[in-house]
Amino acid sequence: MKQRTIKTALAATAVLGLAFAGMASAEPVDDTLVIDGVEIVTKAAGAAHLDGALPEAMSGWHFRDTETRAMQADDFDNPGMIYVDRGLDLWNAVDGTEGKSCASCHEGPEAMAGLRAVTPRVDEKTGKVMNIESYVNDCRTTRMGAEAWGDKAVELTDMLALISFQSRGELMNVAIDGAAAPFYEKGKEIYYTRFGQLELSCASCHEDNYGNYIRSDHLSQGQTNGFPVYRLKDAKLTTPQGRFVGCVRDTRAETFKIGSDEFNALELYVASRGNGLAVEGVSVRN
Amino acid sequence: MILSRREALVLALGSVAAAAIPMQALAAVDEAVAAFTGGAEVVTGPGVVLTAPEIAENGNTVPIGVEAAGAVSIMVLAAGNPTPAVATFTFGELAGAHMASTRIRLSKTQDVIAIAKMPDGSFVRASSEVKVTIGGCGG
Amino acid sequence: MANDVKPRVKVPKSAKAGEAVVLKTLISHPMESGQRKNSKGEVIPRSIINRFTCDFNGKNVIDVAMDPAISTNPYFEFEAMVNEAGEFKFTWYDDDGSVYEDSKSIEIA
Repeated sequence: MKQRTIKTALAATAVLGLAFAGMASAEPVDDTLVIDGVEIVTKAAGAAHLDGALPEAMSGWHFRDTETRAMQADDFDNPGMIYVDRGLDLWNAVDGTEGKSCASCHEGPEAMAGLRAVTPRVDEKTGKVMNIESYVNDCRTTRMGAEAWGDKAVELTDMLALISFQSRGELMNVAIDGAAAPFYEKGKEIYYTRFGQLELSCASCHEDNYGNYIRSDHLSQGQTNGFPVYRLKDAKLTTPQGRFVGCVRDTRAETFKIGSDEFNALELYVASRGNGLAVEGVSVRN
Repeated sequence: MILSRREALVLALGSVAAAAIPMQALAAVDEAVAAFTGGAEVVTGPGVVLTAPEIAENGNTVPIGVEAAGAVSIMVLAAGNPTPAVATFTFGELAGAHMASTRIRLSKTQDVIAIAKMPDGSFVRASSEVKVTIGGCGG
Repeated sequence: MANDVKPRVKVPKSAKAGEAVVLKTLISHPMESGQRKNSKGEVIPRSIINRFTCDFNGKNVIDVAMDPAISTNPYFEFEAMVNEAGEFKFTWYDDDGSVYEDSKSIEIA
């Protein structure tokens, strides 16, 4: 009974906190992201399947400060581009018992152009949800005879950076019908489920309160089109599911694991909420 | 709120400790300045320009810039960091405008200080307060 | 450490003689400050790049003394005067004794 009281009190605090934040609301910044003369689409009409839940989809870039936005608007100033360079080295590096590199089969990384915009997607043969990380590890284990990289391995984020960068500017177009439909539904259910002692769902922050402040953090829509992101806080790259872990943990819940069925479905669903926004390659966030 | 004696003591000690830290930090700033200037007078003036954000979205990566026409070198200090030294830029014979930008760590809201050493041996100082925000989402 | 460090430099391909050009550098490095603790509460020893220099045809452009307050993946932007064609040499000095180098040439337009 006592435990129940504490839980309720915490939930009340959370609600109060958000209510306070609501008073300090600040609109996302009206600005245009141009990288090396090319405009990147950072706003789009809300995806039809959301039934108006998001009138307009907005990249997290609009929710960041002037200095952070500027850092992404120049490929040299963007520290995340280091990892694209490192990814290219890995792309060309032979590994595993088959004596192959990525380049042995795919030649240049530009062969991956477009992939980031349509993933996560359901693999026709296996029926599994695949994101870029799972494609890379699948190639390593089934074709290269190499070991899979771990969920948090820098090699995996380096490859994600390289491959995402090939699709920069392409509009997110993640399929939600056909084989993807059950995963979309599962992801949607997770998105609206309140987790943790704070009893927060993804929607509590990123649908109901984007533009408001939670403490001093300007809440975005939680779009994934910019991933991987170089977070100023961590000074390294974060994957979408790596970010999910942080979000769920911040609700004071036990998190799902990276690569779990739950997070794979959630990543597919969240990505589909940003259909129409451009892949940013490697973004910069706080 | 009623405090027990022990709690009151802890609070009192805590406030002494809290007061002691800024004094140590100030001493460290004075030491760093003295090491750079050799004890020469430092004037606050327009000869050196420090560019820093009013509010830093994250203290781990704060973009700053310094510029001082003709300066021999420019030292940057973060007065509220555990150790105030940040960097010293010394301009060579092939420097263009005597400017430099970098990204720095600020442990909390504090003054960032730039001191330029001019060719005549004088020193000019500029400072700017940067508010460091603590985000809600550790991630 | 050393195999993880990757420098990037940005230098214009050409300049007019007597023109000042903007140079940018970025190098991947954790810049471990010596202030952080690991999960056991032990202080992680300081390990930073402590100096960066840029020279053009053997003459100095800038020499930076770096302290632990420089962010991870150190970034610098500065200007160089170009009077002739030649080569910029960039050098980073690590606490552990490693030296990382990069170079870029520039022509006179």
